[in-house]
Amino acid sequence: MSQVLVLVELTDGKPADSTRELLAAAAMLGEPAAVVVAEPGVAKALAADLAKLGAATVYAAGVAGADALLVTPQVAALAAAASTAGPTAVIVGSTPDSREAGARLAVRLGGAYLSDVLAIDANGTVTQTAFGGSYNVTASAAKGVAVISIRSNSIDGAAAAASGTVVDLDVSSDSAPTTAITARHEAVAAAERPALKAANIVVSGGRGLGSKEKFVLVEELADSLGAALGASRAAVDAGYCEHNLQVGQTGTTVSPNLYIAVGISGAIQHLAGMQSSKTIVAINKDENSPIFDIADFGIVGDLFTVVPQFMEAVKARKTS
Amino acid sequence: MMKIAVLVKEVPDTWSDRRIDPATKRVDRSGDVVIDEINEKAVEVALQTKESGGGEVTAVTMGPKNALDAVRKALAMGADAGIHIIDDALGGSDAVQTSAALAAALGSRGFDLIIAGNESTDGRTASIPAMLAERLGMAQATFLRTLSVADGAVSGERMTEDGHVEITATLPAVVSVTEQIAEARFPNFKGIMAAKKKPVEVLTLSDLGIDAGDAGGANSWSVVDTVTVKPPREGGTVIKDDGTAGQQLADYLASAKLI
Ligand SMILES: Cc1cc2nc3c(=O)[nH]c(=O)nc-3n(C[C@H](O)[C@H](O)[C@H](O)COP(=O)(O)OP(=O)(O)OC[C@H]3O[C@@H](n4cnc5c(N)ncnc54)[C@H](O)[C@@H]3O)c2cc1C
Ligand SMILES: Nc1ncnc2c1ncn2[C@@H]1O[C@H](COP(=O)(O)O)[C@@H](O)[C@H]1O
Repeated sequence: MSQVLVLVELTDGKPADSTRELLAAAAMLGEPAAVVVAEPGVAKALAADLAKLGAATVYAAGVAGADALLVTPQVAALAAAASTAGPTAVIVGSTPDSREAGARLAVRLGGAYLSDVLAIDANGTVTQTAFGGSYNVTASAAKGVAVISIRSNSIDGAAAAASGTVVDLDVSSDSAPTTAITARHEAVAAAERPALKAANIVVSGGRGLGSKEKFVLVEELADSLGAALGASRAAVDAGYCEHNLQVGQTGTTVSPNLYIAVGISGAIQHLAGMQSSKTIVAINKDENSPIFDIADFGIVGDLFTVVPQFMEAVKARKTS
Repeated sequence: MMKIAVLVKEVPDTWSDRRIDPATKRVDRSGDVVIDEINEKAVEVALQTKESGGGEVTAVTMGPKNALDAVRKALAMGADAGIHIIDDALGGSDAVQTSAALAAALGSRGFDLIIAGNESTDGRTASIPAMLAERLGMAQATFLRTLSVADGAVSGERMTEDGHVEITATLPAVVSVTEQIAEARFPNFKGIMAAKKKPVEVLTLSDLGIDAGDAGGANSWSVVDTVTVKPPREGGTVIKDDGTAGQQLADYLASAKLI
């Protein structure tokens, strides 16, 4: 069985949560092989974890200062692993780093780049969506290696545990000009609230909240439901919250079981990022808002009275 | 003098009903098309960079006849010259092929800085800038929400899923910008008139030195196999708050076992 390479994303030096599904996707196409870039000597220590998640082989590239280099070490490692493994496919995650590593690799190896993939079958045909979920598309590689970027939380299950045999890679001869990462500002506060992409419930606030101070109401609502927090672009632009909470065409695409839109009008570009949610609830004082055209349950009313009452009602249910 | 290229793309207007043509399985570009909003912002950044340090801005597009409008818009905003890559044989190119054509057009011209949007609203692959860096052997400084150029280097804040990182690269570099980067200026009348006289170079497949056997949908690395329309979502119940809407919502969600 031919190998399928997986670029392992790291968080705090450990395989990221995405590793499970990336190796599971690889197992559908062949024998999963993990590719890890880390400080020299460190990658090997991850082999046991990766073996549990299904990696038969662990290609380990030790790169001094790996954490301070943008994307190029990962491309070099994938290319080096590919020249040993001769893979049919390469699987990468959905962070900007992984997507860009995959894109560059497709050029370096000569292959197809399939982005934002939601599902994959044993023949290597992938499912994508287009135009905010209005179309389902299937695609495949016509020639060369298929480099497939998987949208997070798309693939269920896990690959069977494997041996995790370590193969060292030497990428010191890579000549691509580098970009230095000089500082990181990445909130680890994620632990307090579920991540937008993975959440079962998403509560999003829009310009209707009116100010950063009042935006706290949707944060409270999200926390009372154990939900992830999202926002419209207008709310982000107005500075009510961080940009990485933006849902929509140019933000994150979500499809939770429950999406609650608070003070959001439902512009087409916002709908593009959430209209495939299973159940949609909207609270808006303007009955002509387009968000009501797609809401399963819509409330025409003032969010500043409806939301507190709803939270009270939820609390009452929990305690009764 | 800094030589700056800015990559602009004409896309179906996100405000319109965007379609994929079921026969060709390609994006239907016959409806309302506009310069992608992110590319107006890229042009703005190119112009600001020129204004602070001197230089020359060339707007580059690959696409059918309409795509020239995106270049014209950039020229009207203040770009100095344009390049339009156009050839029927390029139709249906995938990202890997598009990056090859753009690289062929840009490669030998000595650009210090190539500025793109981070992600187009039609293809959404977010791949072209990285692919160009790979092909041109330039550093990539991508997904920037801030950008500054000084002492032969470009620096800025790169957006990540959990926040941002600060990055810096030596020129020449390929840069991509996110929508937080800047508000694009509006072209004024003078700009629009001046744009008509600015040079736009037209490049075809043979100018690029790309073999016809490698070009376009018939020779792409990836192929679209099927396209299906999802039925539009239907609305459900809409109630007017009579003072109990919060309570009713809780009841609804509880009966649907969602809370
Ligand atoms: C290329 C492009 C990409 C874009 N990408 C995105 C994207 O990714 N995500 C995104 O969200 N947008 C995106 N947009 C912007 C989009 O067009 C809208 O401008 C934006 O979604 C509007 O956000 P909003 O609904 O919060 O604001 P508004 O449209 O201003 O709506 C605010 C709503 O709040 C309601 N309201 C006000 N006060 C109250 C109250 N007290 N109680 C109840 N309701 C109240 C109002 O009735 C109104 O409907 C994009 C636009 C373009 C051109
Ligand atoms: N056909 C094209 N012509 C010019 N620039 C393009 C083209 N396709 C993509 N780009 C550039 O690459 C960016 C990212 O697009 P994409 O990788 O397709 O998501 C866009 O914002 C443009 O700056």
